[in-house]
Amino acid sequence: MIPGDGIGPEISESVQQIFAAAEVPLTWETVDVTPVKGPDGLFHIPQKAIDSVNKNTVGLKGPLATPIGKGHKSLNLALRKEFNLYANVRPCKSVEGYDTPYKDVDLVTIRENTEGEYSGIEHLIVDGVVQSIKLITENASRRVAEFAFNYAKANGRHRVTAVHKANIMRLSDGLFLRCCREVAEKNKDIKFEEMYLDTVCLNMVQDPTKFDVLVMPNLYGDILSDLCAGLIGGLGITPSGNIGEGGAIFESVHGTAPDIAGEDKANPTALLLSSVMMLRYLNLGSYANRIERAAFETLREGKVLTGDLGGKSKCSEYTAEICRKVQIIDDSD
Amino acid sequence: MALRAVTRLACGALRTNPRLQCSSVSTNFVRCMSSIEAPKPKRRQTVTMIPGDGIGPELMVTVKEVFSAAGVPVDFDEIFASEVQSGKSESVETVVASCKENLICLKGIISSPLSSHVSILHTLNMQIRRELDLFANVVLIRSLPGFVTRHNNLDFVIIRESTEGEYSSLEHESVEGVVESLKIITRANSERIAKFAFDYATKHGRKKVTAVHKANIMKLADGLFLESCANVSKFYPKIEFDSMIIDNTCMQLVSNPYQFDVMVMPNLYGNIVDNLAAGLVGGAGVVPGESFSEDVAVFEPGARHAAAEMAGRDQANPTGMLLCAANMLSHMNLGYYSSLIRNAVEKTIKAGKVRTRDMGGYATRSQFTMEVIKNLNY
Amino acid sequence: MSLTSSCRRILRSNLVTRSGFQKLLPAVSRSVHCSSVKEQKLHSAKYGGRHCVTMLPGDGVGPEMMLYVREVFKSVGAPVDFEEVQMDHTSTDTEYDHAILSLKRNGIAIKGNVESGNLSPDATSRNVELRADLDLFANVVVCKSNPGVKTRHNNIDVVIIRENTEGEYSNLEHETVGGVVESLKIITERKSTRIAKYAFDYALRHGRKKVTAVHKANIMKMGDGLFLESCHKVSEMYPTIEFDSMIVDNCSMQMVSRPEQFDVMVLPNLYGNILANIATGLIGGAGIVSGVNIGEKYAIFELGTRNTGKKIAGKNIANPTAMLRAGSDLLGYLGLHLHSDMITNALDEVLQDEQMHTADLGGQATSAEVVQRVISLIQKERNI
Repeated sequence: MIPGDGIGPEISESVQQIFAAAEVPLTWETVDVTPVKGPDGLFHIPQKAIDSVNKNTVGLKGPLATPIGKGHKSLNLALRKEFNLYANVRPCKSVEGYDTPYKDVDLVTIRENTEGEYSGIEHLIVDGVVQSIKLITENASRRVAEFAFNYAKANGRHRVTAVHKANIMRLSDGLFLRCCREVAEKNKDIKFEEMYLDTVCLNMVQDPTKFDVLVMPNLYGDILSDLCAGLIGGLGITPSGNIGEGGAIFESVHGTAPDIAGEDKANPTALLLSSVMMLRYLNLGSYANRIERAAFETLREGKVLTGDLGGKSKCSEYTAEICRKVQIIDDSD
Repeated sequence: MALRAVTRLACGALRTNPRLQCSSVSTNFVRCMSSIEAPKPKRRQTVTMIPGDGIGPELMVTVKEVFSAAGVPVDFDEIFASEVQSGKSESVETVVASCKENLICLKGIISSPLSSHVSILHTLNMQIRRELDLFANVVLIRSLPGFVTRHNNLDFVIIRESTEGEYSSLEHESVEGVVESLKIITRANSERIAKFAFDYATKHGRKKVTAVHKANIMKLADGLFLESCANVSKFYPKIEFDSMIIDNTCMQLVSNPYQFDVMVMPNLYGNIVDNLAAGLVGGAGVVPGESFSEDVAVFEPGARHAAAEMAGRDQANPTGMLLCAANMLSHMNLGYYSSLIRNAVEKTIKAGKVRTRDMGGYATRSQFTMEVIKNLNY
Repeated sequence: MSLTSSCRRILRSNLVTRSGFQKLLPAVSRSVHCSSVKEQKLHSAKYGGRHCVTMLPGDGVGPEMMLYVREVFKSVGAPVDFEEVQMDHTSTDTEYDHAILSLKRNGIAIKGNVESGNLSPDATSRNVELRADLDLFANVVVCKSNPGVKTRHNNIDVVIIRENTEGEYSNLEHETVGGVVESLKIITERKSTRIAKYAFDYALRHGRKKVTAVHKANIMKMGDGLFLESCHKVSEMYPTIEFDSMIVDNCSMQMVSRPEQFDVMVLPNLYGNILANIATGLIGGAGIVSGVNIGEKYAIFELGTRNTGKKIAGKNIANPTAMLRAGSDLLGYLGLHLHSDMITNALDEVLQDEQMHTADLGGQATSAEVVQRVISLIQKERNI
């Protein structure tokens, strides 16, 4: 468990309470990832955190802050690199009871997480001219494409859409697209289609029900996954998982909200739903279902909601309500 | 009295433009004379017209029909440029020469087929853009009154750098299976687009400019862009400046788009946000756009989709293209005709009886065109 | 009390660390005005062939003149948009800063004069301030006899190029002891050379034959001597252009007796002020002469003489010719020669008609009548 910055500790606490209420057979090991200065003068993730994740292979993480344009490298990025978390999965499903202009959204964005625009390779050529390298490799592209198809099969989904911009970036996005096509050949039971990034954006806001599973390189995934979160009501209720070869980290992807930290106003839903994904990943599906039902019911009833969802309740009240529901469901089983 | 004026006008027009046929001229001018109150500049101007692929040619037919019905003193120098039908296409040189001569161009969408294995710098679109140095692309997002979408009353502007960034076409395969694609950001171009955005805001009385970036990850490249915008903003104390990360921007656009006014961003993000925002107000068919270099202005639809599947079926929605044409007229100091056409389009949509399929109606393009023409002048 | 005016300016520029001695240095130090803004070259505000131009209406007849300029620009169909920034004698420093920033972004302005009515020693004229801050070092006034205006001389064609940023206008005055005031006149080699070079370049560009430097070096041997010497040095680089010099008092006399002998004249600040007004008077007065203040980056187009016409403001009797001519000059500067010529031709034609003379030329026409006539001539021209 990595609580993170800002509101992180509060919402992690809330998730732990709910897990306790549901009697999930898990133990938490809390680690801090505040960077420490290494012997080479650079900032690194503490070894303890790395060891902990390596040992347990599964983590749940709150939000981490990255200063814009300067300072140390993004910790989120570092964690992803460190544990080779190649795929970021974000299921976006309309939440009953929280109204947005978009209904019936039910799609999954799968984003390549290790390369592309976020490889962090940039240099100043001459003053005023910066070159930033986007890196696409066949291995990584194939790996994420395979993951997308496997995910679609495992979760009973029917269609995978590859999102690209190969009309402009012919080689790099072209390579990504080729890998997707090859993997699609092998998985004929899942329908495959390809679409330009801009067309996806256009169609997404007009009719998001057209989409099912979307697979794409890093930057596009970053943008589209947030966009989809916006469709269903924001990052506060969107779960996210990072799947790697050796492990997985589930996280809430919203900001650290330092302005409301410590005021018991934060919304733990995203982290809670992420933990639900984690339970499924650990094959603890029954616990997952129970917690998810309790959370969705609370949201649907709309009596006890946090400020960002238009309610007046505190984080602790919201948590208590879900805990109560979890136990009721438990009894009725 | 009116008749004499008409004759004089018609003769004037004929003298400057021998291509016009006499009969059409006089009928056009009868129409336009009936509503003249204020004196208007009457010298005819020529504009380059590139219909492009897909539904482009049909949309241009609409534009020409509406222009002639409204009596707009503009002639078109029509040039067919296409990559799909490269056999029939005029060369890039011809297109560029015509644009440079007329300085104003009305353009459909030229699609760049994926299959061709030329570098993107050699696609027609990019070549035209580079030759003319069209560095600023503006997309105007405005909800159409009377056409209900999920978000209404939107009114903001997206300004996109369109010469560098991810579209520099510098890609190479370093080893087998590993491709590097370079994104270039320069201070000169970033400052130029930032200044454009602020100048645009000043000129159009807008209050805020938002720079969209990903400087938390691309600290150097997008960092430079952001820094340039911040530098330029200091020259505009009356305009608010803020910045937003691209992924958050997309989320905010679908959840609370009302917070935006003028947005400025590098190339690829612009492409994404353009299309996203176009979706918010009704799709690719209703959003006008424009591109500027120092000397040349090109008016084209805001979301670049040739819509080849719709071509030839008389289903295309000419709203966006007509709004482009109206914007073009106001750029050419023909404000009277500009508002004439804009009002007719808005009235048609507001009445809601005649709408094309993408707007949930059943009308064909030609029915829509007729309706717009009917709504002129009143 | 003595140095208050320059102190105020310097304090505003956050240059408090400068020593008192340095304050006496030439006006260079003042060019850093908006301290928050890094001095940099901005891109031009020209997009798709349309220009954006700052409009500073100023005081007196300025605002009404600007309306006429807009009307006439509309009638010629000039691709120019105006960004209007209010700046008059009541403006605060913030408003003034906005005007400066607007000019820095657009690079070009049309301006009415700002009244500097406040005669208290610590008030500087906004006009002077603007020129110093933007480093508009050259003031160019072209005085050419117009056949439509009857004057004593009908063959005048002189260009007066005046150094604009230093000399007597450095705003450095102090009272050493009670009843004794020192006023400093600054002449620097750099600025003298720059204005001389500008004058010769102007002569070359416009096919003029002769440049006359005007000075008072017989009395102010060092100050005006330096100016004269700088002009001399520069003239050696331009062998095709004739160079001579003249003492300012003699020059004034020659100007009213045999003005045809002058071609291009280059002068330090104060002399320029005097001679430009003489020449303007000779060809018909302030109502018909335009001028430009120009630097390396920026240009401001305004009236040839710097008065606001406060007394005739709002009475519809001011002569709009000068400001319209400034507008036409502006269009020419932007390379829009077609539009520029259309206005100049119309103005010339209107001046031919004595019915169309305003009060300053001895006629009875109103400002609006003149503008209406100009517009109708332009429209006639455009319809052919």
